Amino acid sequence: MQPYAKPNLDIAGREACHVESMGHSVAFSDASMERFRHLLTRYPNKQAALLPTLWMAQQEFGWISTEVIEYVSELLELPPSHVYGVVSFYTMYYRKPMGKYHIQLCTNLSCMLMGGSTVLDALQEKLGIGLGETTADGMFSLDEVECLAACEMAPCCQMNDEYHGPLTPESVGRFVDELRARGK
Amino acid sequence: MEIKRLTKNFGNPESWTLAAYEKTGGYQMVKKAFAMDPEAIIELVKQSGLRGRGGAGFPTGMKWGFVPKQSDKPKYLCVNADESEPGTFKDRYLLEHDPHALVEGIIISCWAVGIRYAYIYIRGEFGLPYYRIEAAVKEAYEKGYLGSNLNGKGFDLDVTVHRGAGAYICGEETGLIESLEGKKGQPRLKPPFPAVVGVFGCPTVVNNVETIQSIPWIIEHGAEEYRKAGTEKSPGTKLFSVSGHVKRPGVYEIPLGLPCKTLVHDLCGGIIDGKRQKANIVGGSSVPILTGEEADNVDLDYESLAAAGTMLGSGGMIVMDEDTCMVWALAVLLKFYAHESCGQCTPCREGTGWIRNLVYRLEAGDGKREDLDKLLSITGNMMGTTICVLADAAAMPTESFIKKFRAEFEAHVGAGRCPIRGKSAHFLAHAH
Ligand SMILES: Cc1cc2nc3c(=O)[nH]c(=O)nc-3n(C[C@H](O)[C@H](O)[C@H](O)COP(=O)(O)O)c2cc1C
Ligand code: SF4
Repeated sequence: MQPYAKPNLDIAGREACHVESMGHSVAFSDASMERFRHLLTRYPNKQAALLPTLWMAQQEFGWISTEVIEYVSELLELPPSHVYGVVSFYTMYYRKPMGKYHIQLCTNLSCMLMGGSTVLDALQEKLGIGLGETTADGMFSLDEVECLAACEMAPCCQMNDEYHGPLTPESVGRFVDELRARGK
Repeated sequence: MEIKRLTKNFGNPESWTLAAYEKTGGYQMVKKAFAMDPEAIIELVKQSGLRGRGGAGFPTGMKWGFVPKQSDKPKYLCVNADESEPGTFKDRYLLEHDPHALVEGIIISCWAVGIRYAYIYIRGEFGLPYYRIEAAVKEAYEKGYLGSNLNGKGFDLDVTVHRGAGAYICGEETGLIESLEGKKGQPRLKPPFPAVVGVFGCPTVVNNVETIQSIPWIIEHGAEEYRKAGTEKSPGTKLFSVSGHVKRPGVYEIPLGLPCKTLVHDLCGGIIDGKRQKANIVGGSSVPILTGEEADNVDLDYESLAAAGTMLGSGGMIVMDEDTCMVWALAVLLKFYAHESCGQCTPCREGTGWIRNLVYRLEAGDGKREDLDKLLSITGNMMGTTICVLADAAAMPTESFIKKFRAEFEAHVGAGRCPIRGKSAHFLAHAH
């Protein structure tokens, strides 16, 4: 039994994503289709499978393009407007391609009390981008995020699906260097 | 000082696996519960006095009792693992360290209430906690703890882990239900209450992770033993998440009624660098703030905190030292509420934005004296006028900050910058 069976589950892992979907028609792979069919057995109607289907779509296609919205709405027999409404309501479905490493720094109270804003400044300077932006090489995206429920490691950030903290202006610099080396 | 009931397995090797959980007697309480009459379990939970640990503190046994006994529709359980109240991180610990205890609690709760399907609604940001609970559910299916005919007498139960996608409001029980149905997480008007019309139009129990995880302990030890920790009206233990300017932030399981002073100054080691505690938000960001002196003189139980003008909430305690600017702290919190309002109700949608901007302006030293009264007038119009209590959750702390630290707010008026920190964060300029 793998206690932490990482690669097979549907989390927003940028590692496994492909961004080719832009401008092309999209479709799930056979393996995803299999998982999608299993998903449907877990809910009494198709609409309830919308959030998990969007998660799968984001993992497979990298982000939720208009084509993906149309595809998902066909799969679940929902109006595209409903799917779009849901996608835009939640913060974790991306409406644009994201960097391979998505760093989201918490700017809620516990993190700010422990020096979160100095970490934010250091991150912006190190990456050369502002909040909501992606580096030109497509390696990093930076965002702020509300409380991650990890206040004991304040100031903390989420990097893809991992939490990191407590961070300092120095340690985030090293963290970015490590990721850059890993991503090459 | 600490009493380890729900946290007893924390730190055991691979505590999150089925093998480790069974080694410490895991899933034995399912057998015991199956031998009991479901009604007797509800009665036991009522007698234990267990109150919901998600924030509102509603008696759990009573909530279960509201679900119709006979129903031609299937009944549902939604476990609230959305954990988004700022300052709260105890459910993350429970999910990471002891996910099987949650599964065991789910089985017993569903047996007691006659529930056929359970969903664990977990916030989308959670990675490790999600993998752990997903793996635990899978193991439980493989071992036959979940699925069909669990008690040999036809009791079926299916459990599905359902990920949210980033929205505080999906922690509100009817927002959660809407979200689970594949919609925007916009709360519903109550009544009808979920116990009667919940998810998919069916009777539904919504309970917090910590609440459900308390159930196996109560089955094992009984109501009387449960009440040996805590006070008459606040029985049992509670997990507090402590963060901010304390030396040892973390999750502490303490008997309800413990002096706040003991938690902050002994268990958490006191304030960093020996500074003075200026303020303490004891129950998550949505509860009224206490001054350091008030916090040092209050006990951590539902009644004592209510008497002190605040609430136990989720037990997410945020401690602030003497150098913290209260206008700045409120600005940080209001940024959150304005961002998280789901937008259905005008007093909340507009109100959270207005009060945020007023406090931003005060923080920058550009505010006017009348702004304080304007703030209080807006908050007065936000409370009790909306579909859910998110509006109150923004308004109540705002009122308490101004009431308790009014001089500090006034000192910002016309100062041109924050007089406490010497500089301003200029939130308004960075607002996006
Ligand atoms: C804005 C808002 C956010 C909430 N967030 C959570 C949450 O993240 N987790 C939780 O368990 N309860 C949360 N609640 C409380 C739930 O509505 C509900 O009362 C609770 O899940 C019931 O479970 P309990 O009786 O076991 O406490 C929230 C309530 C509101 C109004
Ligand atoms: S009070 Fe706010 S969050 Fe709650 S339903 Fe109304 S607009 Fe939405």
